[in-house]
Amino acid sequence: MNAPAANTWSAYPDARGRFGDYGGRYVAETLMPLVLELDGAYQAAKADPAFQAELDDFLTHYVGRPSPLYFAERLTAHHAGNGAKGGGCARIWFKRDELNHTGAHKINNCMGQILLARRMGRTRIIAETGAGQHGVATATVCARFGLPCVIYMGATDVERQKPNVFRMRLLGAEIVPVTSGRGTLKDAMNEAMRDWVTNVEDTYYLIGTAAGPHPYPAMVRDFQAVIGREARAQMLEGAGKLPDACLASIGGGSNAIGLFHPFLEDDVRLIGIEAAGHGLTSGQHAASMTGGRPGVLHGNKTYLLQDEDGQILDAHSISAGLDYPGIGPEHAWLKDSGRAEYRTATDLEALAAFQECARLEGIIPALEPAHALARVGEIAREVGRGGDVVLNMCGRGDKDIYTVADALAGHADHPAETKL
Amino acid sequence: MSVARLDARFALCRAENRAAFVAYLMAGDPDAERSLALLCGLSVAGADVIELGFPFSDPMAEGPPIQRASLRALEAGTTLTSTLELVRRFRAGETGTPLILMGYLNPVLSYGYDRFAADAAEAGVDGLLVVDCPPEEADDLADALDPQGLALVRLAAPTTDAARLPAVVRRASGFVYYVSVAGVTGVKSAAAETVAPAVERIRAAAGGLPVAVGFGIRTPQQAAAVAQAADAVVVGSALVDTLADQGVEAALAQTSALAQAVRNARR
Repeated sequence: MNAPAANTWSAYPDARGRFGDYGGRYVAETLMPLVLELDGAYQAAKADPAFQAELDDFLTHYVGRPSPLYFAERLTAHHAGNGAKGGGCARIWFKRDELNHTGAHKINNCMGQILLARRMGRTRIIAETGAGQHGVATATVCARFGLPCVIYMGATDVERQKPNVFRMRLLGAEIVPVTSGRGTLKDAMNEAMRDWVTNVEDTYYLIGTAAGPHPYPAMVRDFQAVIGREARAQMLEGAGKLPDACLASIGGGSNAIGLFHPFLEDDVRLIGIEAAGHGLTSGQHAASMTGGRPGVLHGNKTYLLQDEDGQILDAHSISAGLDYPGIGPEHAWLKDSGRAEYRTATDLEALAAFQECARLEGIIPALEPAHALARVGEIAREVGRGGDVVLNMCGRGDKDIYTVADALAGHADHPAETKL
Repeated sequence: MSVARLDARFALCRAENRAAFVAYLMAGDPDAERSLALLCGLSVAGADVIELGFPFSDPMAEGPPIQRASLRALEAGTTLTSTLELVRRFRAGETGTPLILMGYLNPVLSYGYDRFAADAAEAGVDGLLVVDCPPEEADDLADALDPQGLALVRLAAPTTDAARLPAVVRRASGFVYYVSVAGVTGVKSAAAETVAPAVERIRAAAGGLPVAVGFGIRTPQQAAAVAQAADAVVVGSALVDTLADQGVEAALAQTSALAQAVRNARR
């Protein structure tokens, strides 16, 4: 199997960018020298204390880190009351990355990569976006550093994420609606790669999730791992022990790997929640690990939703940020080796959890972490009384209020019982 | 056959002191029958080598013409399996013209490397070109193709520097495809004067293997200019557009004009 010796999980990927059989660099030859150059530049930056110091300074004063670790007391009590085993339920904690500047975890990675792009002398930034959170975070750091910014966004997503489109334009970014394919995140990523291969001299491709050709999966993970490092220290300080489980939603997987990575060598359960859309048997979901098989797309080998011929299938999720038919390669490896567990939540379950969190905790979550919230009760009960579960509250729900309003108004896709 | 068929065709062109003309079409575009009709007419129209694309849902290195062709082919139900069937039907009437398949890795990976190599060789395919499989990731695939005598055609690009070039052409066979501009297919074209030194450099690194030049070549004039230096000239998007807009006969007429220009370029 793929599993490494104990205590070496965090040493991956290897020099070829492999996590076991996953990852790698599957790009056109034109891009290959650029990907290798990026790897060299990133390794040098990673080893440079001045780079780390600059990044830490921006994370503190611009992003607003560290984000709090918050004990969700009423949600815990709610799930304890729902307990089948005599009310036993672990304490539920939120890692509050929704409080970051721009409202999600995405900016942790954007800040790291924009500093790297500057260091490499790149003068033009491109990115893909699905829900628009990564697009907003990219447009934000580009505004901060005065760099031109082009955001590729599926035409379907431009339509369903209007507030974020307007935000990006306010920040000075150019939005290119992508009409190829079904006009969602994977098509936006194709178009961004076409831009990159055409503008090799000056352009930096700022990928938003822990996927793509090596070094992106490792680099994005490293920049997001600030979430897990903080959560680990905050748990030790607040509870005097490590959590028993860490829980996060999975689209491409960057918020989850950011939380998980600093816990890989610990005796802590790591659980990712994929988007099951209308249900795994409906064929309309985004659960690439639960419902897909290994293949190659967008520069890496990983689990993909695909047909028998190897054609990539369209994903579906009510959450535009989870609406992607692949997954970062490190998750594929953690799944196969059994180090992490992966479950799913449907659109309806996420909608119910979204409302529950808003009413019990006064926190309107994004639809992405709402998928993790949909499973947190079951996991807290599995862990049991006296235990601790950390959930990555990776984004806030302001961007989703229209989507949720539509869904709750009995939109054709959703049955009437979800109405408020 | 296979690599041998490619080698023989390039030797013939070299003996005639001319570049080869390579025509690209997408399997199943716009449907199997019209695609077969075009495929079967290409060598008579003057194509020395045929590049047959197989469709992929996410053709990341293609410009709009081949993106659209891919979509039309998928909508017509084309798969890698039906592409091989198309080659079988083509080979029933034509054995001299080399044919390579061109596309993206995932359909081949999904088919299974060893099974693909065996079935492709049996169908009469001579080589494979995979856009998103750089040499660093190509050994498993080459190991499967080698025993069947199939070429794994390597790609070099303007960004491939002298230090990297030996790695790119390691295990190359058949020919090397030079992507003459940084970009997607069918959009920009290279200045003719930049092509000759690049071809020279790649040919030397690849131990004298022929170098085919493609990307952005649309007209007989452009093809003739590239044919001065290149061992082969590839035209894809322009033919794909003509097929879509005007049909099989027009695409074959365009093939004749391009092949003629390549044939006469050094006279």
